[in-house]
Amino acid sequence: MSETQQLEPEVTELERVTIRFAGDSGDGMQLTGSQFTRTAAAFGNDVSTFPDFPAEIRAPAGSLPGVSGFQLSFSSSDIHTPGDQPDVLVAMNPAALKTNIVDLPPGGAVIVNSDAFTPQNLGKAAYESNPLTDGSLKSYKVFEVPMTTLNTASAEGLGLTSKQIDLSKNFFTLGLVFWLYERSLEPTLLWIEEKFGARPVVAEANARALRAGYAFGETTEMFHTHYRVRPARLAPGTYRNITGNEAAALGFLAAAQRAGLELFYASYPITPASDILHQLSGYKRFGVKTYQAEDEIAAMGAAIGASYGGALGLTGTSGPGLALKSEALGLAVMTELPVVVVDVQRGGPSTGLPTKTEQADLLQAMFGRNGESPIPVLAPATPGECFDYAIEASRIALKYMTPVLYLTDGYLGNGAEPWRIPDVADLAGIGKETATDPATFRPYSRDPETLARPWALPGTPGLEHRIGGLEKADVSGVVSYDPDNHHRMTLLRDRKVAGIADDIPDLEVYGAAEGDLLIVGWGSTYGAIRSAVERLQAAGRSVAHAHFRHINPFPRNTDAVLRSYRTVVAPELNLGQLSWLLRARYLLDVRGFNLVRGKPFKISDIEEEAERLLLEA
Amino acid sequence: MATNTETTDAPLSPENAAVIQLTRKDFVSDQDPRWCPGCGDYSILAQTQKAMPDFGYPRENIVFISGIGCSGRLPYYMNTYGFHSIHGRATTLATGLKAARPDLMVWVITGDGDALSIGGNHLIHSMRRNVDVTVVMFNNRIYGLTKGQVSPTSEFGKRTKSTPFGSIDHPIAPLTVALAAEASFVARSVDTHTEHLQATLAAAGHHKGSTFVEVLQNCNIFNDGAYREFTERDVREDRMLVLEDGQPMVFGKERDKGIRLNGLHPEVVQLGGGITEDDLLVHDQHAEDPYLALMLSRMWWPEFPVPVGVLRAVERPTHDQLMTDQIVEARAREGEGDLATALGSGDTWTVE
Repeated sequence: MSETQQLEPEVTELERVTIRFAGDSGDGMQLTGSQFTRTAAAFGNDVSTFPDFPAEIRAPAGSLPGVSGFQLSFSSSDIHTPGDQPDVLVAMNPAALKTNIVDLPPGGAVIVNSDAFTPQNLGKAAYESNPLTDGSLKSYKVFEVPMTTLNTASAEGLGLTSKQIDLSKNFFTLGLVFWLYERSLEPTLLWIEEKFGARPVVAEANARALRAGYAFGETTEMFHTHYRVRPARLAPGTYRNITGNEAAALGFLAAAQRAGLELFYASYPITPASDILHQLSGYKRFGVKTYQAEDEIAAMGAAIGASYGGALGLTGTSGPGLALKSEALGLAVMTELPVVVVDVQRGGPSTGLPTKTEQADLLQAMFGRNGESPIPVLAPATPGECFDYAIEASRIALKYMTPVLYLTDGYLGNGAEPWRIPDVADLAGIGKETATDPATFRPYSRDPETLARPWALPGTPGLEHRIGGLEKADVSGVVSYDPDNHHRMTLLRDRKVAGIADDIPDLEVYGAAEGDLLIVGWGSTYGAIRSAVERLQAAGRSVAHAHFRHINPFPRNTDAVLRSYRTVVAPELNLGQLSWLLRARYLLDVRGFNLVRGKPFKISDIEEEAERLLLEA
Repeated sequence: MATNTETTDAPLSPENAAVIQLTRKDFVSDQDPRWCPGCGDYSILAQTQKAMPDFGYPRENIVFISGIGCSGRLPYYMNTYGFHSIHGRATTLATGLKAARPDLMVWVITGDGDALSIGGNHLIHSMRRNVDVTVVMFNNRIYGLTKGQVSPTSEFGKRTKSTPFGSIDHPIAPLTVALAAEASFVARSVDTHTEHLQATLAAAGHHKGSTFVEVLQNCNIFNDGAYREFTERDVREDRMLVLEDGQPMVFGKERDKGIRLNGLHPEVVQLGGGITEDDLLVHDQHAEDPYLALMLSRMWWPEFPVPVGVLRAVERPTHDQLMTDQIVEARAREGEGDLATALGSGDTWTVE
């Protein structure tokens, strides 16, 4: 803004800033965070975000369980995580302060809505005295801003009730933070116009609140400095911000388009996977068919039915839903049909922590079915990779005629990062020829290379045949109880999936090809591990990082990679599921580093564990 | 590449039956049925095969999907496409298949345990959605494949292997469930009444929308004589009511009894003595409201004759049609989707 340049306030240049917005779940913190993210990303910063919200839609206002948070990190360099600790905490009420202050390092800034620190709200947050006056915050830079009062003043004359006005207070907060970090109001003003255009008074209240917050930063002497984070040097290209769930939805759309197939997505609402259903439901113009089934089992069954009919059958869920789909997944294994199952993992067991992240479904994905029931398992590492691996999962499902499990988690699904938009022409061509020749068709004959059986679609004359959950005779596909046949078919299903190892890339190592310590990971821990390894390498440590995207089967060079380091550790947000698999498969003492707090790893968690292991060695 | 559903030939119609010229034999597969000798399932299979040629679909455009239970075997014996799925879930596969492939004629073969116990949830939802699938439920009031446990349609007090002291569970009324779940076609027939069964299956197959046919079926091993007291040749005319659309509800060997409405309740009346057919209820299977059909679905021997035939047949848009319509409308409104546009939607910025 030109005014700010005229005033020439003190500017401090920073490489990276991490902000956490925290407030009541009704305070609009997710919106505030995502608006800041858009603006920072559009400015050219590298951005990483992590929303953290309660399972309750509206826990009692002002209560501790009702606190909703959104952390984002933006930087002038390449970053992999939304930051271990916030530099700035914005707390809209005492409960938000209480639940988040523990994460703020000494010296960090706290911006509070001082109007919310009433005796009643302090009581709801179980504060015995007011933290703004009792000295308990003296190690932080505290900025008390009477946001409610100032925001109410800005909405004067609009004829809104005080309750309606209060709904725009998060825009005041956002405006203030925009001033602090030299961000333009324009993208948000445009967004307000688009979003609230039909309700001009509300749009006006929000726009005024945004401007009032900005002006407050500019004109009061409370904030002496504002901060500058220059654009990052990202690879050339056109970028957008993307969450893992958005990327997954786009990836499956792209996969279906590349394969020339209709996409059929069946799903039952479940946190944190529902956004994929929401997004794909909007793609009618692509011929995408979405189906909100009556339950998880029905969604799995419908996906199998669609794939039997020649569509790209897809279903998405989270851990509890995957458990319900198990039996039908076994049917897809037996009938060897191409379906992809997305599991956006969350804290478990049972209902667990629906809105928190965890990686504890890996062994369920691998083994959670009756009988010998191998399924390829893939796990993208970043929100952007969710796109690429949606195509890869579909490619494998079609080429090998098999169900595929695609594992992400709440952190990847809801977390966002800038994503370089790929050129459609560069996307892999995938697909599967369908059977048409009655003279050669046998339901369970196999492609000698892939061991895939033919895909014979209803409607093809002369290929009428029957499939199902009962064991089938090799080649002919008629029901068979023959002991030797069952043994042979069990081995064939197993070899088919194991053979995919010849068709996937080798495990890549970041760092020296041998050394003291290898940190192996999978899924959303990528950012924290990579950042920790960068720091450790910069400090001269002999540490490398390898990240699995293909977990079943593992890449061919896995054994060789693991054996090239004195110590191998697998940090996971579970009690050691990848390490269990690696130990079982390669007879190696892979160490675990396991935290299940419903939160992603901090970079420092992994850095400290690595240092400990290096000393121990 | 798989066939895109929009480029396949338009669904075939009964007019094609004459062109395609198939017979029952064309629908007999090379697999020998493996039901117990004397099982009612043989008759249902035979009538199903007989009904098929009239629909005008070539064999390759017909799919039979089943769940688990004795009924689940039927697809193996039909020379069409077939999918023997898992317990209770046949309707879920059928829904997905029909959504992806509106051009196919899809049948679901199920039993009382498969459809109403483990698969109850899926059944009611496929009906309310009006999924264009014909569900044929073999109701033998017992679990036969698992050798004789109570089913959701077993009588209260029934002694079975799992209820040696008598069942304490009240039975469910399948047709009432179907009507409550908004099935657009609801009918009942009997395994041994072969002509009636074939005609009922033919009417069911011609209906577009969610079609539910209950077939009263005898399990001569675990529940022999389940319906004997009203289905036997010598008593059935007096103890069953054969529904005919637009006709008064008359029954009896002598056609001398009828159903009359008394207040909110049906009653059996003797014709003559001042009571004529004009006093009787007239069947209307196309009635917009479901009251008559619901009433019929509750009638059971010995209080009433057991109604068979089509209770309800109404038209409403099918699930696959509505799904397709939304796609057509979206394309008309927004144009064909462009992947590059979708990938680049939202706020974008360019790094040089």
